[in-house]
Amino acid sequence: MSDHSNCKKNPLAIDRRTALKGLATGVAALALPASDASASVWEAFFQKHFRELSKVELKQVLARLSKEYSEEYGKEVTVKATPAIEGVKYGYGLDLSRCIGCRRCVYACVSENNQSRDPQIHWIRVMQLDKEKGVDLSRAEHYYNPKSVPEDGHFYMPVQCQQCERPPCTKVCPVQATWKEKDGIIVVDYNWCIGCRYCMAACPYGARHFNWGQAQLPAEELNTDTHYLGNRPRPIGVVEKCTFCIQRTREQPGRYPACEEICPVGARKFGDLNDPNSEIRYLIENKRVFIFKEDLNTQPKFLYFYAT
Amino acid sequence: MKNIWSFFMGTLVLVSKGSKAYYIWVGALLTIAGFGVMGYLHQLNSGLAVTAMKDQVSWGFYISNFTFLVGVAAAAVLLVIPAYIYHWKPIKEIAVLGELLAISAICMCLMFVTVDIGRPDRFWHLIPKVGLLNFPQSLLAWDVVVLNLYLTLNLVIAVYILYETYYKRVPNKSFTTPLLLLSIPAAIAIHTVTAFLYNGLGARPFWNASILAPRFLASAFCAGPAFMIILFLLIRKYTKFKIQDAAIHKVAELIAYAMAVNLFLFGAEVFKEYYTGSVHLAPLKYLLQGLHGYSALVPWIWTALIFNMSAFLIFLIPETRKNHVTLVLGCLMVFTGVYIEKGMGLVVPGFVPDVLHEIYEYTPTGIEIIISMGIWATGLFILTMLLRVAIPILNGDFHVAADGVSSHIGDQMFFIGKRQKEREKEKAESLE
Repeated sequence: MSDHSNCKKNPLAIDRRTALKGLATGVAALALPASDASASVWEAFFQKHFRELSKVELKQVLARLSKEYSEEYGKEVTVKATPAIEGVKYGYGLDLSRCIGCRRCVYACVSENNQSRDPQIHWIRVMQLDKEKGVDLSRAEHYYNPKSVPEDGHFYMPVQCQQCERPPCTKVCPVQATWKEKDGIIVVDYNWCIGCRYCMAACPYGARHFNWGQAQLPAEELNTDTHYLGNRPRPIGVVEKCTFCIQRTREQPGRYPACEEICPVGARKFGDLNDPNSEIRYLIENKRVFIFKEDLNTQPKFLYFYAT
Repeated sequence: MKNIWSFFMGTLVLVSKGSKAYYIWVGALLTIAGFGVMGYLHQLNSGLAVTAMKDQVSWGFYISNFTFLVGVAAAAVLLVIPAYIYHWKPIKEIAVLGELLAISAICMCLMFVTVDIGRPDRFWHLIPKVGLLNFPQSLLAWDVVVLNLYLTLNLVIAVYILYETYYKRVPNKSFTTPLLLLSIPAAIAIHTVTAFLYNGLGARPFWNASILAPRFLASAFCAGPAFMIILFLLIRKYTKFKIQDAAIHKVAELIAYAMAVNLFLFGAEVFKEYYTGSVHLAPLKYLLQGLHGYSALVPWIWTALIFNMSAFLIFLIPETRKNHVTLVLGCLMVFTGVYIEKGMGLVVPGFVPDVLHEIYEYTPTGIEIIISMGIWATGLFILTMLLRVAIPILNGDFHVAADGVSSHIGDQMFFIGKRQKEREKEKAESLE
């Protein structure tokens, strides 16, 4: 991604969106009754790109969203925008020889990250593969459904966003609605995405998902601890993806991603790639690493291991 | 300023006049467009879930139509402009028509992109300085820029020439020639950029072949001119505008060459994938043979290939090229063939199998088809309106009146039947 030199404010120039906003307020005043609801619709419409918001504006946006969600779901929802921790770069390891294909990670992810329940959106896809054939995608079974797992002769490969160092998805976005954060997490501004789905065509891992319809999320299942760039409820018509549970992992003290925490066999490892004493660094240095679609040079920070 | 206003008011009066056939045609187009608008309102209300697209196949019928129409827009101008500059008279007379077709095709392109995006309310995010256009990183940003430039360029050229002709002035060559010259690379650019949009994705081996952009241009040179020939024949038959056979046959000959290149490039692609036999063969195999029992596109692509090959022969042999029955047949086959090959035949195999080799067979829903038909109808409506103004101007039937303010409308009918045309011819001869 290009850096945002064009985002820097020139104090003398007229703020382009202030002008638009002024216009909008005029139109809104004419067309709509001056209620709180309509005001918030216009605020949402003219909201700036996340990375262009000043501290004050960001605070207002977070307050507006939190109020909206709280009203919609009938319970207190917090929306935070915790920034990246200085000097940290997240990495994820998945031990292919341990994974049993139980899909607990898939559903832990759904309930942690407030994905739509109907239609179901899953950020993790687990493929069942033949041990004899190795990682041969043309033989992958995506919808395996036996009475119990693992099945003889098979191994399992969960795929989610690989948080590439060279992400093909962010560079294609026509409006810079998706980018790589300092800690290496690829995020989407759901209020800026225009829903063109070019990033979905560009992603080699099928990690990006679109809100084809209005997300259905029962209030009692809503996770109220949300992050602006992560698990807050998503509007219709935008793209979403795994964020390494940004609402958990950026906290201090941090928590592991939900998928890591739930894994019953310890196949999932998570940590700071910049910390020489982290578990993920130990695995990289001591185990056999497999990089998915290595030839595309996307440089994933989601690594597969054969650790046993 | 006053002149522009009275010209504009004159055109409004002009387009409201016409024969019964003209009203029926325009009425039919507006009706279909109306259904399209209703379909689109439904889609806005329920989201893109009303389409058959899914995460696996995330672009479908809309983007297929878009891709095809970019080609039509580019080719319409590419063919006629050189003739305009090198003064080959038979084609020079119809250069403006090519530009009008390009304008209509670009409008359709923009509409197809609009109905495909999930948040059309946020279109302003694409406007440079106001929003955050990701230029020059994103090829889609490039496409936004070049398509709008191309549209503007064509509008300026065509409107300027028609406006000057209306006021009985000779268009200023030192203004038009540079713009005409610029529109040649612009036409190539819109098509190349659209090809690169697909081409640059390592995730999709079916598109990630460097032969894609040349293939795009070759197929565009087939479909665009084919549409133009049919348009020319219709105009010649049903309006007072005259188009020489020589122009039409020249365009037909060019289609033959373009089709030869197009078929050759496709063959080269087929050879490379089949002979190598790597995992990247899967999408092409899905297209041509079917994969793991899924074969929705197979009958379509073979129809397209047979059409394209037959049309190639028709356009290659001078006798069939000059016979207007086989000529029209050939044009229809080229248009359909390229529409399949470069529309669904190009977009869908990019997603089947998907990046994790899952196969989801995509077939557009009724809503997608209704909305698309609505856009085609709107595009043809735009084209009809443009031609309704342009043809009388070029014929000298619509120009400024003797008082220098009001307009003279000599052509009240626009669409006329064959018999009426003969009658007019007799009248003209008896006058002489």
